Amino acid sequence: MATADDLKFQEFDDAANLLAANPDATTISIDEPVEIPKNQHSRLQETGREEDDELLGTDDSDKTELLAGQKKSAPFWTFEYYQTFFDVDTYQVLDRIKGSVFPVPGKNFVRLYIRSNPDLYGPFWICATLVFTIAVSGNLSNFFIHLGKPTYHYVPEFRKVSIAATTIYAYAWLVPLALWGFLMWRNSKVMNIVSYSFLEIVCVYGYSLFIYIPTAILWIIPQKVVRWVLMVFSLCLSGSVLVMTFWPAVRDDNRRIAVATVATILLLHALLAVGCLAYFFDAPELDISAPVIPAPIIPAHNGTTVITKSH
Amino acid sequence: FPGLADVSISQDIPVEGEITVPVESHSPDEDYPTLDEPVKDTIMRDLKAVGKKFVHVMYPRKSSALLRDWDLWGPLMLCVSLALMLQGGSADSRDDGGPQFAEVFVIIWFGAVVITLNSKLLGGTISFFQSLCVLGYCVMPLTVAMLVCRLVLLAGAGTISFIIRLIVVGAMFTWSTLASTAFLVDSQPPNRKALVVYPIFLFYFVISWMILTFTPQ
Repeated sequence: MATADDLKFQEFDDAANLLAANPDATTISIDEPVEIPKNQHSRLQETGREEDDELLGTDDSDKTELLAGQKKSAPFWTFEYYQTFFDVDTYQVLDRIKGSVFPVPGKNFVRLYIRSNPDLYGPFWICATLVFTIAVSGNLSNFFIHLGKPTYHYVPEFRKVSIAATTIYAYAWLVPLALWGFLMWRNSKVMNIVSYSFLEIVCVYGYSLFIYIPTAILWIIPQKVVRWVLMVFSLCLSGSVLVMTFWPAVRDDNRRIAVATVATILLLHALLAVGCLAYFFDAPELDISAPVIPAPIIPAHNGTTVITKSH
Repeated sequence: FPGLADVSISQDIPVEGEITVPVESHSPDEDYPTLDEPVKDTIMRDLKAVGKKFVHVMYPRKSSALLRDWDLWGPLMLCVSLALMLQGGSADSRDDGGPQFAEVFVIIWFGAVVITLNSKLLGGTISFFQSLCVLGYCVMPLTVAMLVCRLVLLAGAGTISFIIRLIVVGAMFTWSTLASTAFLVDSQPPNRKALVVYPIFLFYFVISWMILTFTPQ
């Protein structure tokens, strides 16, 4: 890839010299090849030329479509192939996050924000942040809930980090894989207008998980009502992003299958949220009954131990 | 040769001189002397290089020592000492305890590798081992924080000791993040600096969390 770009760049220089030397001979043939390599050069190499980036940022719909086919031309065993999945700038990542938190009704997340440039940066680091946020928030919330009790000894619960990591990464990568396979299978039977690539589905799922990060932090508040309100709210936001993305892809299909697909997507999403809340965050107990409950238990406990010992 | 018949070298212009090639003394990487030197010299030289890098981390400024002459001895020593100091926490036999030695090791090294890959995939020009070297050396303030925490915990485990530990760990976390950012951010493309800095922030945050939540039995 680098050698091809070097060649194009040198052609530009030679053409300029030739133009200066022979103004009448080669003017016509130079104009065309100059512009396209200039855009490719700025697109494929992230040298940060401000004017080219602005050009691509404001007028990017047709240019990205044009260049999308040329992007992933490196063979998959080279490093450059994987660099094409990280071809995003800071403002693009922030825009995509904003689009996942404030879904616009009727606008498709993939068409609006991803636009044939799916990235792996967002899904990977949002999942990593979510893993640690859930583990840390769960630990903190348990600490605050059990704080006053005399028998409580704080433990860091580090094992839960690996459990959280497995769960969230499996959800963010295996569910898109299954969904992509399912959509491909349906596409072979019913001609759908809209179809997504695997990376675009991973992107949508990854960015839709972003809303759970502030939700997990707010779940530290040890009130059941507050937690469930937060859960429903974040579920609505991220669920709507997923629904608005995948409904156009299945609506041309059989009615029942389309509804079942979207319902499954939402169900799995809800299952993830409920499961995380139940496993990582202990139930907040009422403060009134806490000193009362241990008292009647102790004689019963002694009773049971006596009974078991006699056996 | 007719033209050269009347060319003669006059006797009073001496043509003489010395042809010597000045021997460039490179950095001590020549095989001859280092093979015969005492072991103490070899070890002291490496230790001095590592110590010089520690000083560069403590006062972060543009340092070619950290970037050009990278080594992984310093990060290894820091990682091992941090992992050892995180042992002996509470509830070490049940599942709820702190991180095990292997877990700390894996988090630090795997985390550093992932961050390096991330910055290279985003278009950074720093080499793989240089980045690992910088990230590893910048764990040093957090290792110092761990030492201070353990000393404070010897004195007591109440609220005051927790506040002291929180302040110390917070300050060292900020120092680590700023130091590694100062070294690494220049080699990144200008539109993506925040994308590279955020994983570094997350990495040191996780290590700081492990240090802060350490509770002795």
